[in-house]
Amino acid sequence: MIKLLSGNEAIALGAYHAGVMVAAAYPGTPSTEILENLARFDGIYAEWSTNEKVAMEVGLGASCAGVRSLVSMKHVGLNVASDPFMAAATTGVNGGLVVISADDPGMHSSQNEQDNRHYARLAKVPMLEPGDSQEAYEIMAYAFNISEEFDTPVLVRTTTRISHSKSVVKATGNRKTPSKQPGFCYNPTKYVMLPAHARLRHPLMEERLSRLAAYAETFPLNQIIPGERRLGIVSSGVAYQYAREVFPEASFLKLALTYPLPRDLIRRFAEQVERLVVIEELDPFLEDSIRAMGIKVTGKELFPITGELNPDIIEQASRKAGLLTGSLKQKPEYRALNLPSRPPLLCPGCPHSGIFFVLSSLGQRSSLPGKPAREPKLIIAGDIGCYTLGAHPPLSAMDTCSCMGAGIGQALGMEKAGVAEKIVAVIGDSTFLHSGITGLVNAVYNKGRITIIILDNRTTAMTGQQEHPGTGITAQGQETTAVDLAQVARGIGINDVKMVDAFNIKAIRASVKSSLDSPELSVIIVRGACAVRLSGRSNPRAIDSDLCNMCGLCLLIGCPAIRKEKERVYIDTSLCVGDACTICQQICPRKAIVTSVNKGEKKDG
Amino acid sequence: MDRLNLLITGIGGQGIIAASDIVAETALAAGFDVKKTDSLGMAQRGGSVVSHIRLAPKVRSPLVKMGEADIILAFEKLESARWSHYLRPDGIAIINNHSVPPPSVSLGKERYPGDEEITDILKQQTDKIYLINGADLAEELGNIKTLNILMLGCLSIFIPFEEDIWRDCIAKRLPARVVELNTTAFEQGRREIENILNTETGSAYGKREG
Ligand SMILES: Cc1ncc(C[n+]2csc(CCOP(=O)(O)OP(=O)(O)O)c2C)c(N)n1
Repeated sequence: MIKLLSGNEAIALGAYHAGVMVAAAYPGTPSTEILENLARFDGIYAEWSTNEKVAMEVGLGASCAGVRSLVSMKHVGLNVASDPFMAAATTGVNGGLVVISADDPGMHSSQNEQDNRHYARLAKVPMLEPGDSQEAYEIMAYAFNISEEFDTPVLVRTTTRISHSKSVVKATGNRKTPSKQPGFCYNPTKYVMLPAHARLRHPLMEERLSRLAAYAETFPLNQIIPGERRLGIVSSGVAYQYAREVFPEASFLKLALTYPLPRDLIRRFAEQVERLVVIEELDPFLEDSIRAMGIKVTGKELFPITGELNPDIIEQASRKAGLLTGSLKQKPEYRALNLPSRPPLLCPGCPHSGIFFVLSSLGQRSSLPGKPAREPKLIIAGDIGCYTLGAHPPLSAMDTCSCMGAGIGQALGMEKAGVAEKIVAVIGDSTFLHSGITGLVNAVYNKGRITIIILDNRTTAMTGQQEHPGTGITAQGQETTAVDLAQVARGIGINDVKMVDAFNIKAIRASVKSSLDSPELSVIIVRGACAVRLSGRSNPRAIDSDLCNMCGLCLLIGCPAIRKEKERVYIDTSLCVGDACTICQQICPRKAIVTSVNKGEKKDG
Repeated sequence: MDRLNLLITGIGGQGIIAASDIVAETALAAGFDVKKTDSLGMAQRGGSVVSHIRLAPKVRSPLVKMGEADIILAFEKLESARWSHYLRPDGIAIINNHSVPPPSVSLGKERYPGDEEITDILKQQTDKIYLINGADLAEELGNIKTLNILMLGCLSIFIPFEEDIWRDCIAKRLPARVVELNTTAFEQGRREIENILNTETGSAYGKREG
């Protein structure tokens, strides 16, 4: 079967063919499609877990019960899951356990840039890094086999350009039927990590690591590609593809098993070449280890440690360092330009727009065109999701965003620090379930007085509309109990819990004001369906140019359908969702926003 | 043609990812090795999007190098200018003649470049600029969502894949109920470019291949 697959699709197919039985994940770019694809195969149990920690625990449990299991997450997800991950590294496995960490160099869609290869060293577990979709597919069978043979979880580390690029995959396998029935083997010294037992495990981990190092020497996807002796390049992942293109003649050591390193292979390669260079994205992970072996090597002196690499960056850096000689291909002198940027926006009809418009105006974050900016009021502790876009102008209604679930704790910390401003924490429904609940319990327990606003759009929108425990539907499309957010808040002991319609500006403003004035901790749940899920649009709104005095208030919603061009404010009817939203209509002081398309069409010609 | 570097640019929500998937599938069906990669940041809607597609007997990097794209297919004018430095000298720019001002422009903080400025920017690389009234045409077809397939119709004139392979790959990618409409859009796109080429002295296509 020859197919064009993304790295994530290839990982899912590879895992399916390798006989994976249980898969658990929490969405996160660029990892999300792995579980989405696994959920479509027959014979696999696949779940969206509440967060990555739980996903890791589910995967570990399934492994203990003897079946092959897979856990996937974005890089920061492994921070959340690191506790059970370290535990799994200690106990080892029964059925193969493969953990996928999809890193995001360049931060296409992430709050930080971290190199998760360090986790392999920290946990003393083997790590595989595919260089395209074909390798991503093949690596999965190796990963499960290594896991079982060496009694260890295996880390598979991808990056955005691997996970989200499509390339041709020749899939040779069929689904492997599991060799054993699920069953738990009672073995307390392996599974019950009391200090006395854990002390027995640590030496085993060290011994495992040295066996793995020997295995790495002959691992088939660690390859020397002979070329000119002048330059030898060690690389892995997508960086290898870029480097091969920039240096078609050089010798290469391409690594796919990057922890523990094949030290003899590296030594042999280094001896074959005159100059050894490592080209890798983010940290000098390979470079430092090679240098520590006493081998002369360069890497990060030449190539950037931050951001994604690409062939242009590698080529420029190599020319500067004299690694590349020969004439530069004549490129046209290019005039640098100052073009307006186009950041992502909240969608037209987004249920987050109304609440952020209210927070923006109560917090004095935006002002009408021509009016001076005002001193901001309120502190709005934010969190991560589509709603983080509320931080952009014109709304500018978010003051902190750290990691998932952090907002409630940060808001409480500010209150306890004694700031004079009123404090609001804003958090999405999926984020609240992921890691907001513990913060909320803490705020109640410690007598907080902050206002917590849960943005309940009935989905995990940012990562592409995944179900979560609040939606009542599982990853495989089955109906289930929907966690009732208001009941959760009440159950924790909060008396002031308000529900409000995300598209009713008056009601939103009234409830926010009442919560801000209240001396008690309160929760407001703003509910409205995600615009991407809207099935039909009806009656797009238009601006009656006779009534409009161009005050610009509607532009402060930041709705992409409302635009100003030259001396005209207009609504793009192909984008407006119409009756489902009407926020602009509710706030227009001149009642110039109308239903009738014809009326609005009276343009200046 | 034994290799091609292509950039598709535009705005989140315009169907760019689907369009680039179709190009890649078509290339595979036509016997090429192919890689593609999209940069869309956290945009569901509204942000700047660029998709790189490379085909050759053997492709390594999915990313096109600056100054090496043979063709840029732009779904919006400003986005054609933003990525124009990827175009190789004398490459082809196919542009939907449509402007969507970003929020900073609507708020009066930044200025949307004029048509002449955009053309000037592109002309630093090439004179082969094809402006298509894609948005209007798609709307006339009854669905603005056909824009991406209409643009693929334009693109297809410059890539020597058989028309049937294009059609098959479009049909495979789209829901059955919209295939017919989109096939019409594809043909409309082809006609638009053919009309331009027929009125030009010495077709751009001929020049490119020569
Ligand atoms: C630990 C961690 N896991 C996953 C992500 C990716 N991610 C960012 S926000 C988000 C969830 C957003 O859902 P929700 O809170 O419901 O907000 P919405 O996007 O629907 O507005 C996810 C999964 C992350 N940033 N950090």
